[in-house]
Amino acid sequence: MTDKLTKTGAAVGEPVATGKSAGKSAPSDAFLDVRDLKIHFPTDDGLVKSVDGLSFQLEKGKTLGIVGESGSGKSVTSLGIMGLHTVGQYGRQKAKISGEIWLNGRELLSADPDEVRRMRGREMAMIFQDPLSAMHPYYTVGNQIVEAYRVHNDVDKKTARRRAVELLDRVGIPEPAKRFDNYPHEFSGGMRQRAMIAMSLVNNPSLLIADEPTTALDVTVQAQILDLMRDLQKEFGSAVVIITHDLGVVAELADDILVMYGGRCVERGPAESVFYEPQHPYTWGLLGSMPRIDREQTERLIPVKGNPPSLINIPSGCAFNPRCPYADVPKGGITRTQRPELAPAGDRHFSACHMPQEERTRIWTEEIAPKL
Amino acid sequence: MEPLLKVTGLKKHFPIKKGLLQRQTGAVKAVDGIDFEVLPGETLGVVGESGCGKSTMGRLITRLLEPTDGRVEFQGKDISHLGVSGMRPFRRDIQMIFQDPYGSLNPRHTVGTIVSAPFKLQGVEPEGGVKKEVQRLLGLVGLNPEHYNRYPHEFSGGQRQRIGIARALALKPKLVVADEPVSALDVSIQAQVVNLLDDLQQELGLTYVIIAHDLSVIRHVSDRIAVMYLGKIVELADRKSLYENPMHPYTRALMSAVPIPDPRRRGAKSDRILLTGDVPSPIAPPPGCRFHTRCWKATDLCKTQEPPLVELRPGQRVACHHPENAELLTIPGARESVEITKAETKPEAKAEAEAKAEVETPASANADADADAPTEGGDAPKA
Repeated sequence: MTDKLTKTGAAVGEPVATGKSAGKSAPSDAFLDVRDLKIHFPTDDGLVKSVDGLSFQLEKGKTLGIVGESGSGKSVTSLGIMGLHTVGQYGRQKAKISGEIWLNGRELLSADPDEVRRMRGREMAMIFQDPLSAMHPYYTVGNQIVEAYRVHNDVDKKTARRRAVELLDRVGIPEPAKRFDNYPHEFSGGMRQRAMIAMSLVNNPSLLIADEPTTALDVTVQAQILDLMRDLQKEFGSAVVIITHDLGVVAELADDILVMYGGRCVERGPAESVFYEPQHPYTWGLLGSMPRIDREQTERLIPVKGNPPSLINIPSGCAFNPRCPYADVPKGGITRTQRPELAPAGDRHFSACHMPQEERTRIWTEEIAPKL
Repeated sequence: MEPLLKVTGLKKHFPIKKGLLQRQTGAVKAVDGIDFEVLPGETLGVVGESGCGKSTMGRLITRLLEPTDGRVEFQGKDISHLGVSGMRPFRRDIQMIFQDPYGSLNPRHTVGTIVSAPFKLQGVEPEGGVKKEVQRLLGLVGLNPEHYNRYPHEFSGGQRQRIGIARALALKPKLVVADEPVSALDVSIQAQVVNLLDDLQQELGLTYVIIAHDLSVIRHVSDRIAVMYLGKIVELADRKSLYENPMHPYTRALMSAVPIPDPRRRGAKSDRILLTGDVPSPIAPPPGCRFHTRCWKATDLCKTQEPPLVELRPGQRVACHHPENAELLTIPGARESVEITKAETKPEAKAEAEAKAEVETPASANADADADAPTEGGDAPKA
């Protein structure tokens, strides 16, 4: 199914990943446990390392926010968890995936593709960014939801229709029985996103991945959808991974935040400590780049200089090094080509930076935080 | 101060044609009667949801579109119906920065050709030659002047946006209209471009009209802000007043909808006003106040009387019958022009006043008809 890469790099994060010889490690207690995930795409220009050693865990009922800029590997990660890179539409340029993804005690990467397909939609579902292209234009919205339901449940059309209408109603679509027979183009953007949420929830999935669910929407509609997602999570108790570039959205929804840069995790921790005690210069850069709506700001923004790295040519060592304003801070003999590993930086808080933690805390509290 | 740009009663209706004979069956009222001024050296931010007409407005003031009605005056001269040759001298002074850094640069032209095009079109020979001037411009926007011969695909999104900015600045314009200049860029790059626009304004004394949907960006860049809804300006105020004391319910709802990047404020969500439903179609905008279909303060008056855009506080113009933060009204006469009655108004009196309002002339209706006293959002639907 997948081409296995040799695992060379040590596992990032918790010491759970094992060497090659040990094979798959023991099932995890965590509901979703991603260990040293690597997703590489061979192209004519070279190997694109979209995700390069990513580990995280997520419990049921909790929300993880993955933030990063375009090309940082956020969406590839989500498709990887859903098993959508292995479906084969890439032809000979199939993705090379390694690592482990444990969902509810089952490892997905080594599992039979048929088994993963049965889980997809039922145990894990996805909300895409652009509902217009994620839905089939030739089928009515209702029928697409019915199909998603009947694939996994042996019920007649009538029961399925009732279920679909019930969900359309739950996600706040007015006159759901009537709207059932509409085509996607007859819905507004916000309504389409609601319909897509209904479709993803029709089988009560325990893991829901939302890839930029509100990016295409206006703020007032975004507020409605975020509200809906929060309510639904409370109601359904599922684990949610929300992928976004908007720090406002993660601050609103996420319990934990994972910051990605160049295919790797540079910082991960509870939302509050990532926002108030960020430990990585890239996170500082993100926070400094952001114009604030909640305060009068007279200072200039503090952007990150330069451009994101090419994923074919990720800088050796720390991927952020070429853009890091603190690259010249002495790091006790560590060379630039050494890759920083995720190390504990507080309660459940990890960060991958060579700078001593005291130094980072000092820079944040004295130099950065007062300017934000 | 003499305004640089003055817009009065500006309208743009796009006809909808149907059938064999292409008869006009209706019109999309993209911009439907707006008035504002832009003073030299300031930044006017224009904000609103998609479909509110903000981009059409930008294209009207740069005269990429011809208005259906109303006037656009640039430095006191009416440019609303000038033809191609009549507009040409003004094109030097009014330039535009586009949203899409991919679509707005010709992929088959080098950066040098792109940035020097304005000189060629205007027949301007800059001091020291075109090439030297283009390289100076590239340096000004933070690009390497040696990249003169490169093609757009060799640049990243942020760099392309800089090329677009260099082209807009080539002829030393007085007014730069930027339509969503940073929305296609990543956060870290967005901040670079915002800072660049800021620096250029100070260096070159530019006047900006910046159109964006992102309220945080608008707050950062603007001196004054116009909030648009369905082809109308609903509120026009300086930045501080608008963000600290929004008076139009739509402005307040819009601002409360923006997720605040602060997990500790999550508890404060009760302030959020959730607007229900979607923006109505600009083909058949609701009568009266266009926002009444989604407004929690709407009364019968709002359904019939269109509120005029009037100055309720110094520097804050609002088009609403029942403004928020009404206790701040300081301009004499402003209180009379909108119906603000104290909370003690009895329901019966209210009904009467409303009935009266229907038969009276607009001006007096405004004065004595009543509505809910704006009780500090106490009646706002809570999230």
